[in-house]
Amino acid sequence: MNFGFTDEQELLRQEVRKVLDAQAPMAEVRRLAETPEGFSRELWKQMGELGWLGLTIPEAHGGAGLGWVDLVVLLEEAGRSLLPSPLIATTLAAATIADAGSALQQARWLPRLADGTAIGSVAVLEAGDRLDPAGIQMRGAPVGDGWQLGGEKRAVLDGAAADLLVVAFRTGDGAEDIALALVERGAAGLRIESTPSLDATQRVARVHFDAVAVLPDAVLGTPGRAAPVLARLLDRGAVAVTAEAVGAAEQAVRLTVEYAKQRVQFGSPIGRFQGVKHPLAEMYVDVESFRSLLYYAAWCLDEGDAETTRAVSMAKAYASEAFSRIGIDGVQLHGGVGYTWEYDIQLYLKRSKWVRPTFGDADFHYDRIARIRTEAA
Amino acid sequence: MDFHLTPDEQAFRDEVRAFLDELLPPGRHPSDPEFLSTWQRRVREKRWVGFSWPREVGGGGGSIMQQVILKEEMAKRRAPALGTCFMGLAWVGPAIIEYGTEAQKQRFIPDILDGKVQWCTGYSEPGSGSDLASLQCRAVRDGDHYVVSGQKIWTSIAMWSQWMILLVRSDPAAQGKHDGITCLLVEMDSPGLTVRPIRNMSGTSIFAEVFLDDVRVPIEQRLGAEGEGWKVTVSALAHERSSIAEVEGLLRKLDELVELARASTKNGRPALDDDGIRRRIARFETRIAAMRMNGMRFLTKQLKGEPLGADTSINKLHRAALEIEMGDLALEIQGSDGALEKEIDGGRWQRFALSWPEVVIGGGTPNIQRNIIAERVLGLPKD
Repeated sequence: MNFGFTDEQELLRQEVRKVLDAQAPMAEVRRLAETPEGFSRELWKQMGELGWLGLTIPEAHGGAGLGWVDLVVLLEEAGRSLLPSPLIATTLAAATIADAGSALQQARWLPRLADGTAIGSVAVLEAGDRLDPAGIQMRGAPVGDGWQLGGEKRAVLDGAAADLLVVAFRTGDGAEDIALALVERGAAGLRIESTPSLDATQRVARVHFDAVAVLPDAVLGTPGRAAPVLARLLDRGAVAVTAEAVGAAEQAVRLTVEYAKQRVQFGSPIGRFQGVKHPLAEMYVDVESFRSLLYYAAWCLDEGDAETTRAVSMAKAYASEAFSRIGIDGVQLHGGVGYTWEYDIQLYLKRSKWVRPTFGDADFHYDRIARIRTEAA
Repeated sequence: MDFHLTPDEQAFRDEVRAFLDELLPPGRHPSDPEFLSTWQRRVREKRWVGFSWPREVGGGGGSIMQQVILKEEMAKRRAPALGTCFMGLAWVGPAIIEYGTEAQKQRFIPDILDGKVQWCTGYSEPGSGSDLASLQCRAVRDGDHYVVSGQKIWTSIAMWSQWMILLVRSDPAAQGKHDGITCLLVEMDSPGLTVRPIRNMSGTSIFAEVFLDDVRVPIEQRLGAEGEGWKVTVSALAHERSSIAEVEGLLRKLDELVELARASTKNGRPALDDDGIRRRIARFETRIAAMRMNGMRFLTKQLKGEPLGADTSINKLHRAALEIEMGDLALEIQGSDGALEKEIDGGRWQRFALSWPEVVIGGGTPNIQRNIIAERVLGLPKD
């Protein structure tokens, strides 16, 4: 039994931290957040060269062939820095292609996603904001051997930057009649609309489909049988978002602790007062606890463990609730300056608003946990 | 990161399981006195009593992982405790092994392992609870004895104990308040020592007040050097068990809570179909899982030889919240009957809902745990 990281993983963490501290300090993150594209193409290229983008992509396709536990290390550090980049979106697209794509699809896309020459994302959510297969209402109309897609996808991570989208659609009325297809940027009838987010370091888009053609060779796996692939995609997405949340929440706690140490009122650093000390201790307890749940969930993903869904839901449910509270308490404990644009704590509060719903909020995941428990009994 | 057991660990787990299969077949009731005495004899033969202690003092020399495996497997099967001298095994014994003289080890350790005695813990005083180091119980040296006068309180099972590990102030003039404290081992039938049980809010008595009036304690019953009592105590409390077995206990409670919700009605439907109740139960389950995974992380640190520091306070806070909230939800699910003494299940949940202070207050209240985390981990200034 070993619930720690390997020396290699610790080295990866140090490397990521060093690069991000140098290339993406908070001043740079704030600058990028004001740019139209929202992230640095230059740093993106460097991330590709460093092997970060292909971390979980098989070696045969230009990746490092590592697991989600390794990815967690990278994402924690990205979250700490609030690094704006299509890292999660691209990783999820690549993982889905590696999961269900044909040899040809994998050979075509994975090397490009691994080195960063292509940016990927996943288009699942629709107006109903439901993550289960029933939430996929976009119906593919059969045309020849392929399909034609019409409708709208929402909250597509880094959609405006994406060269390639993994799109979920419905092939029939059955609950599980789901298909996944690859749709390329510039496809006829595809329109991508950037939707400004509360957290400007995290870009999302609305994607409109107007009779977009999906040829048979663009479908991932067997059409109508992709529900399990979609389920695994959602589990991976929840793990990725939670991993960034661990780093971000930890940093929010650190910023607030530092502030409480130096801010003097009533002749004493406010961190001496239990009214400040105790909420900070609770914040720490929560971060450490959803961190533990996350590590276990990532390990389950790598092992294909039967407990994966339950483990993922626990991590995301806890993180969604706790990070939201940490964002609010962090700002509150900063007092008036926490409300200012100048202080960084507000950026972490905004990140928590994005983390909460993305790949399922606490209620969604608690419902899954309850279902697993009561159905097993 | 790897949650699999090594082949050696698997072999040990199989040994434990085979033993439990033999002694605890389905239908066997662990409270049957004849069974209990067989159980205690057999686990003593296995050296699973004092399993973590060195073999030369009669312990089992079990590795940390073996201890975890043993505890986990036992908790899953609701096996009775290993040994009967709870506090002797939990921290008095470890303190004697670490600080005791050879004579003390020979005198006290075998009886603790064989369950021939019961020990209690005389730390808290009326004026010294969370601020334990302010204790006032006085010991004055008189030849080869200490003469002890003062009062202790919240002394669990004092009325059933033969021995007490006692903290006294031997040097009131000492500089720091942690200095001048000495640790003594005191016989409960000593002249001048009286015990008065305290009735708690559930109507039962676990704790007592202990009054000491010129109680004479031979100096060979001092544990560690004079003035070293704080160090002895702190090291003894550091032997407090990891939370692995607590997690199993909480999971069993959760199972019972789910069954209660299944059997109860809310708004004309099974309470277990109610979204609000389902989510609260799922939240408990998540928090218990967090305790388990936190425990695994702390264990990994321990195995690497890193100090645990204040990490154990994290799970103490979780456990406190769970003990309180689970009992409370049970009564809430029972509706109006929840407010009755024993209308449902003979009042089992009512007793549970009234007994959380035993684990929530003892060993440091939640606010003390928050102070520990804030000061020792986050580095915030002390009060």
